[in-house]
Amino acid sequence: MASYKKEKGVVWDWLTTVDHKKLGIMYLIAGTLFFLKAGLMAVFMRIQLIMPENSFLTGQTFNEFITMHGTIMLFLAATPLLFAFMNFVIPLQIGARDVAFPFVNALGFWIFLSGGLLLSTSWFFGGGPDAGWTAYVPLSLNEEQLGLDFYVLGLQVSGIGTLISAINFLVTIINMRAPGMTMMRLPLFVWTSFVTSTLILFAFTPLAAGLALLMLERIFDAQFFNPAAGGNVVIWQHIFWIFGHPEVYILVLPAFGIISEVIPAFSRKRLFGYTAMVFATMIIAFLGFMVWAHHMFTVGIGPVANSIFAIATMTIAVPTGIKIFNWLFTMWGGKITFNTAMLFASSFVPTFVLGGVTGVMLAMAPVDYLYHDTYFVVAHFHYIIVGGIVLALFAGLFYWYPKMFNHKLNEKLGVVFFILFTIGFHLTFFVQHFLGLMGMPRRVYTYLGGQGLDEFNMISTIGTFFMSAAVIVLVINIVYSAIKGERVIGINDPWDARTLEWATPTPVPEYNFAQTPQIRSLDPLFYEKVHGDGTMKPAEPVDDIHMPNGSILPVIISIGLYFLGFGLIMLEMAEPIVSPWIVVALGGLLTFGGMAMRSLKDDHGYHIPKSVVKADLKKLGGGK
Amino acid sequence: MAGAVDTSKGLPSHPERATLEGKNKFLGFWFFLGGETIMFATFFGTYLGLRNGVGSGPASDELFTLPLVFIMTMILLTSSMTSVMAMFAMKKNQFKKMMTWMIITVLLGLVFLGLEIYEFQHYVHDYEFGFTTSAFSSAFYTLVGLHGAHVLFGLCWITLLIIRNWGKGITLTNAPKFYVASLYWHFIDVVWVFIFTVVYLMGAGGY
Repeated sequence: MASYKKEKGVVWDWLTTVDHKKLGIMYLIAGTLFFLKAGLMAVFMRIQLIMPENSFLTGQTFNEFITMHGTIMLFLAATPLLFAFMNFVIPLQIGARDVAFPFVNALGFWIFLSGGLLLSTSWFFGGGPDAGWTAYVPLSLNEEQLGLDFYVLGLQVSGIGTLISAINFLVTIINMRAPGMTMMRLPLFVWTSFVTSTLILFAFTPLAAGLALLMLERIFDAQFFNPAAGGNVVIWQHIFWIFGHPEVYILVLPAFGIISEVIPAFSRKRLFGYTAMVFATMIIAFLGFMVWAHHMFTVGIGPVANSIFAIATMTIAVPTGIKIFNWLFTMWGGKITFNTAMLFASSFVPTFVLGGVTGVMLAMAPVDYLYHDTYFVVAHFHYIIVGGIVLALFAGLFYWYPKMFNHKLNEKLGVVFFILFTIGFHLTFFVQHFLGLMGMPRRVYTYLGGQGLDEFNMISTIGTFFMSAAVIVLVINIVYSAIKGERVIGINDPWDARTLEWATPTPVPEYNFAQTPQIRSLDPLFYEKVHGDGTMKPAEPVDDIHMPNGSILPVIISIGLYFLGFGLIMLEMAEPIVSPWIVVALGGLLTFGGMAMRSLKDDHGYHIPKSVVKADLKKLGGGK
Repeated sequence: MAGAVDTSKGLPSHPERATLEGKNKFLGFWFFLGGETIMFATFFGTYLGLRNGVGSGPASDELFTLPLVFIMTMILLTSSMTSVMAMFAMKKNQFKKMMTWMIITVLLGLVFLGLEIYEFQHYVHDYEFGFTTSAFSSAFYTLVGLHGAHVLFGLCWITLLIIRNWGKGITLTNAPKFYVASLYWHFIDVVWVFIFTVVYLMGAGGY
């Protein structure tokens, strides 16, 4: 228990770590790789659509790409990238040494990764899933290939990881705040992460149930969706969308949070209407659950249901509008610094409004009959997801990069990246509104020439080349900055920012705060700069610091889940190499054995002795 | 962390929430149960949507016999009560009493599980009412079977806790673990009350 930090190899250290900062970086790397993979699929699909009757991809490959693009982007890229920032930033922003359940945190990462890998394994067994990311039955019951089995079980596994991470964030934010950090002093990124975690808890569980139904139907011949045996196909859509609509807010609320951190920091003003922002977040989250059937206007659930869901959907525009105006008022009269983070944050506002406006258009049930399953819908949700979430992720990346990696990203390359990406994004998706209004259906791998669709499709595809070039510039920037970027070691607060994470030394020690800080206001660091001596007041004397031990069990448990899922898929294979049940048993043994080992062995962690903390304070504390 | 609380004068009145670790477990578990509730709600919704989709298989009022289900309900409700007794004992620092009540809880749970297995076996053999018979049968076995799987998991969990803390006394480390396990057991019980109403009473009554 008292043994201080054993020396470990680098790889072993990262495999066993339970440090939220390292896990944040791991989420960032894994999410980026999945982002690149799904982005590449998007480029291939756009190349296929560059001209009429193109034969670059077959219809089957196009279907697989379109499914995997959506699935990966939402579950394995956007969510983990947001989790990366949440993991790294939340404990720092609330003045905590760690999250509430460090072990569970590591477990969440590894389970997400093994689910993602399980999904990706589909390419080696006859191709990816091909029924769209919504996997509507009866299309998704097609048993000709195994792709959908990988979809169902891959998402099931990675969903468990997301769920336990969400519970961890909720408990961390409620129980681990520093003294004086009241709920109404939480930075907005923490608030939005908190509300998002609640949404995950209540939205990913229906998804888990729905995926279980689909799994039982595909692998164990259940009859939920078989009308001949009394089943009903619309049940899947209800379950999917009662998850799927909140999922939009699961992604976009933390993005709002990032924007609400970046805009005040670079406008040199406190966030306008903090309280209104908090309550708007909660209202959006609540309404997010009330509107799922607006995805089903054309299914035939009747005019009354359609009207109710149409009105509920439009209501969301009100709290969202409150947020938009608060960001504008924050910038209004501020001393704005337009660096890359702020460029992304400020361009987020009008771009997201464009997506919101088309959202209100789609919310009108009668006209939705026209827009439904056309490129208008594609344009709308890419304005929300790329113009909202991805822009915010880039803003957050440039903003928090110095704290995460101890050097800044290059600003010149950053601006080039911003310009290329913005041009590419609008070229790609703005014209898709018109394609949709002209009647071009989504999810179809080609179209006939001479129908007025040719030019806009060409423009749209050229836009993706700009975005690809932008991402290449970003990669160059990351590599270049790692070698030659501006170092910030010893500089705690390179942006002259407002919140608590900038009060920690750079690089951040594993215990975050040598002494837990006393919080005296909203924007605590800024308050101390104005009213104090610029450093946080300690809330406790220097003492031994208790830290959790690392563990390899998360990796073992997730490998077990991978084999559990893979074994179940093998049941559907024509000629499995070994008996599927052996694989299932092996996976179960690893998973439940790992869980049992965890519960049988009391792990009390270790203490960092006072003398080490004091030495660190002398070495690192002098940054400001 | 346990060292931060002074236990020289006996256990505090809420040993399960005396340490930060305990508080975190307690709160985290409530959130977990929130998620479980939604998951069960989804299966309940599916069952309600499909309960009349019997296809060519038997309908609910041909299958369910209330006496058996009534006995099962009584047994499970009693086991919830015995786990409450265990928690009372824990708060009074009566370790042996707590263990005894916990063991009784496990035994009652085992009887319940045995009766459920008998019930399923009875449906399959005497009525040819299998998992793949109809949408209703799939929904029934999924919902009730998931509850049964929860019972089984709870039994393994509590048994493991009993074995591993045998003779150790109540400490600030194991008190939250027992407490959380008993919360889980209550949750299983509450879900069963809904299953009893929505599945069996409504099914046997023909509404």
